[in-house]
Amino acid sequence: MFDQFGMLPIDVVLGVVVFWLVLGMAGLALQNSRLIAQFIFPLSAIGSLVLAGAALAGLGEVSTAILPLGLPDLPFHLRLDALSAFFILLLGAASIGIALFSAGYFRRMVAAELSLLCLEYHIFLASMALVFLADDAYMFMVAWESMALSSYFLVTTDHNQPDVRRAGFLYLLIAHVGAIAILMSFGVMQSGHGDYTFSAMRHTHLSDFWASIAFLLALFGFGAKAGILPMHAWLPEAHPAAPSPVSAMMSGIMLKTAIYGILRVSLDLLDTQLWWWGAFALALGLITALFGVIFAAVQVDMKRLLAYSSIENIGIILVGIGLTLIFHAFHKEALAALALTATLYHALNHAFMKSLLFLGTGSILHATGERHLGKFGGLIHKMPKLAILMLVGILAMAGLPPLNGFVSEWLLLQAFLLSPGLPHPYLNMLVPVAAAALALAAALAGFVMVKFYGVIFLGQPRDTTLAHAHDAGLWERIGMICMVIGCIALGIFPAFVILHLDFVTEMLVHHSLGSSAAQTGWLLLTPIQAERASYGPLVLLLIIGGGSLITVLLVKKLYHGRLRRGPAWDCGFPAQTARMQDTAEGFGQPIRQIFEWFMDVVRQVPSPFDLHPHYHGETHDRLWNLFYVPIKRVNEIIGNQVGKLQHGRIHMYLLYSFLTLLALLAFIQ
Amino acid sequence: MNIPLTSQLINMCAALLLLIAFAMLSQRRILSLINLFALQGLILAFSTALVAHTSNQHHLYYSAGLTLMLKVLVLPWVLHRLIRKLNIKWDVETMFNIPTIMLVGLALVIFAFNLAAPISQMAGTITKSTLGIAMASVLLSFLMMITRSKAVPQVVGFLAMENGLFFAATSATYGMPMVVELGIALDVLVGMFILGIFFFQIRVAFDSLDLHHMEKLKED
Repeated sequence: MFDQFGMLPIDVVLGVVVFWLVLGMAGLALQNSRLIAQFIFPLSAIGSLVLAGAALAGLGEVSTAILPLGLPDLPFHLRLDALSAFFILLLGAASIGIALFSAGYFRRMVAAELSLLCLEYHIFLASMALVFLADDAYMFMVAWESMALSSYFLVTTDHNQPDVRRAGFLYLLIAHVGAIAILMSFGVMQSGHGDYTFSAMRHTHLSDFWASIAFLLALFGFGAKAGILPMHAWLPEAHPAAPSPVSAMMSGIMLKTAIYGILRVSLDLLDTQLWWWGAFALALGLITALFGVIFAAVQVDMKRLLAYSSIENIGIILVGIGLTLIFHAFHKEALAALALTATLYHALNHAFMKSLLFLGTGSILHATGERHLGKFGGLIHKMPKLAILMLVGILAMAGLPPLNGFVSEWLLLQAFLLSPGLPHPYLNMLVPVAAAALALAAALAGFVMVKFYGVIFLGQPRDTTLAHAHDAGLWERIGMICMVIGCIALGIFPAFVILHLDFVTEMLVHHSLGSSAAQTGWLLLTPIQAERASYGPLVLLLIIGGGSLITVLLVKKLYHGRLRRGPAWDCGFPAQTARMQDTAEGFGQPIRQIFEWFMDVVRQVPSPFDLHPHYHGETHDRLWNLFYVPIKRVNEIIGNQVGKLQHGRIHMYLLYSFLTLLALLAFIQ
Repeated sequence: MNIPLTSQLINMCAALLLLIAFAMLSQRRILSLINLFALQGLILAFSTALVAHTSNQHHLYYSAGLTLMLKVLVLPWVLHRLIRKLNIKWDVETMFNIPTIMLVGLALVIFAFNLAAPISQMAGTITKSTLGIAMASVLLSFLMMITRSKAVPQVVGFLAMENGLFFAATSATYGMPMVVELGIALDVLVGMFILGIFFFQIRVAFDSLDLHHMEKLKED
């Protein structure tokens, strides 16, 4: 679509990157909250729209460019192929809504802070686009690190609070540990040639051992960014700390850069794929998904809950990657294409639905000033418009048809169900177990979403401050409507989406799904064969919509025809208060009971004689004590030992140099 | 014996240098230490001039002149003035056990000769046999820096180490290029002035030139 202007999609993408950077600088120069909110952010959304369009046009072709920046003799290589175009599409499409929401959300911020935030926001967007475009390790690491740094500053927007600074530091630390692993992975992949361009890595053949090292390093490094166990600790800390649009962007888009990295390394840069990589990723993904969803069920902070839910979704995506690798290693290309389609589809879905939910928490936070679920209740009366928008996100997140969450999870389960064809007996036995675990995670995700929505929007207000809650503003609603449209469209027209995903699967596993997926017309989605399984979302939507409409009409016509609002039945006990409702803790209690060995629960049960009883329960992550604290201790011990070398005596320092000199002389001799 | 006289003289100079290095290692009095340093510079200048005469390397004459001026006249004069101003002319330093230090020094000399043996065989200069001594005097000066607790002897040790390096360069390859030598000479001169200023500062801060006091600077 840009061809008539003589522009390649990659030029347009680069143009948008430059445009974003200019917007960021303009925001810094303006120093005016109203202007930044009302002009810069909507312009940024237009940039996102253009970016998404360019990426859509770039799906079918490969274009490259060389930027004359960087070091002398080491220019930046860029490449837009199907995989990067897909992720740039995700970035552009999801950031439209976030930018529009930000226009409303940040309008009351102090000008000096907002102009800095605006700069960091746009650097963050631009560096994510460059991560997807990079075609050499040097460019990739530069973009990756500027992404990490700009997001660190975004997370620590409220840096005068110690909790926020601590969360930001944890995030930065884990991001850097991950970046080192990624760098080492690139180092292994260039295999001593000193050529760090991706095209050179594609043509290098590594032995199985070194390829495995490169894969594991990449999985660890990107896993740190994605929040794969055990590198997940920063997510539940950083998301509550960051402003909501930033959380939306980090959870919806930035986590996907890690998914992009894993796919790029394992399926594109490495020329061999071993089956056990897939099995390892599958197991890790399942553990991550179950861990995330179980912890999400017991959270009492709404953004922390969503952060754990992000961990769960990343786990599901990793399961898809694992399955793809297994099928690809056994040359079952059709099944690999199906699993990869499900993976990419879920990544796209998650970008929309999780961003929508995070944006919604931002509106709630602005309206009430609270994050603790125990303070909410009955917000559906105060914020009806937000409640409807959030309902769509909740249903999508819970994986209910006809919304988008269902499509990708269904496709993934289809891939699982087709796996008995694998030529490996143990895998054949274990894969159904994995499928069951995935189904458990999906079901628990539904539970989590019911809790999230029920405690916030339904029932009676648990806190008096909620009486002053106001509905989301216009810009905020527009931003969320963009996300809702995405959720619905991805759910209703899966065959269209899959036709576009085919470019990516064709590139990575040399097989595509489109021919069979839409074989019975675009109404019906049939992953493999019509007689095995098919799904007609539009038909389902019509049935659901028609059924509901007929029921409503029948009730209105035949019964009473008007809306009545009366007191709920009180079981004969008239003195009902809001404290009698199920609390957030109470809602998660069954899950906590079942999985208590899994987590570290601290409870304070009030005494029976207490006149003002308050129950207090906290759930902590066992991995923090089992994994992070020992590492910290070992670090401290080593640090203290090294510190002993420095004692302030000049003679000892001279002796160090003297002994080093003697040792070196003896060595060269 | 068919070793020419000049060569024998050079070897004797080298032996004297080593002897002075040991003397400096065991000398407690600061004034004598500075005099020994001046003597070392004098022998160095003499031997460099001898090498220049034998090998017809004319730039070595300049080196010898430079050494004579800088290390025999200027630096000892500066040091003398310093210790007079600091009023430490007759200071006697407490040190570790001197025989032990001498034994360690002996071990270092053996190590240095062992190290220099293969290089000496490759070098084509007439001074090749003195390379071991040059390296030994570098190491001995370093050892002297380690064992001293006052600031002035440490600086003398540092300057003596530079003498050893100069000798090593002369004996291995007939000296360094003139530009490098001039640069080093300037460095030594500037370094000496800066260290002189430091002496006063250290004395103001700690009321003493004993470097043990600087341990207090460490952060805990």
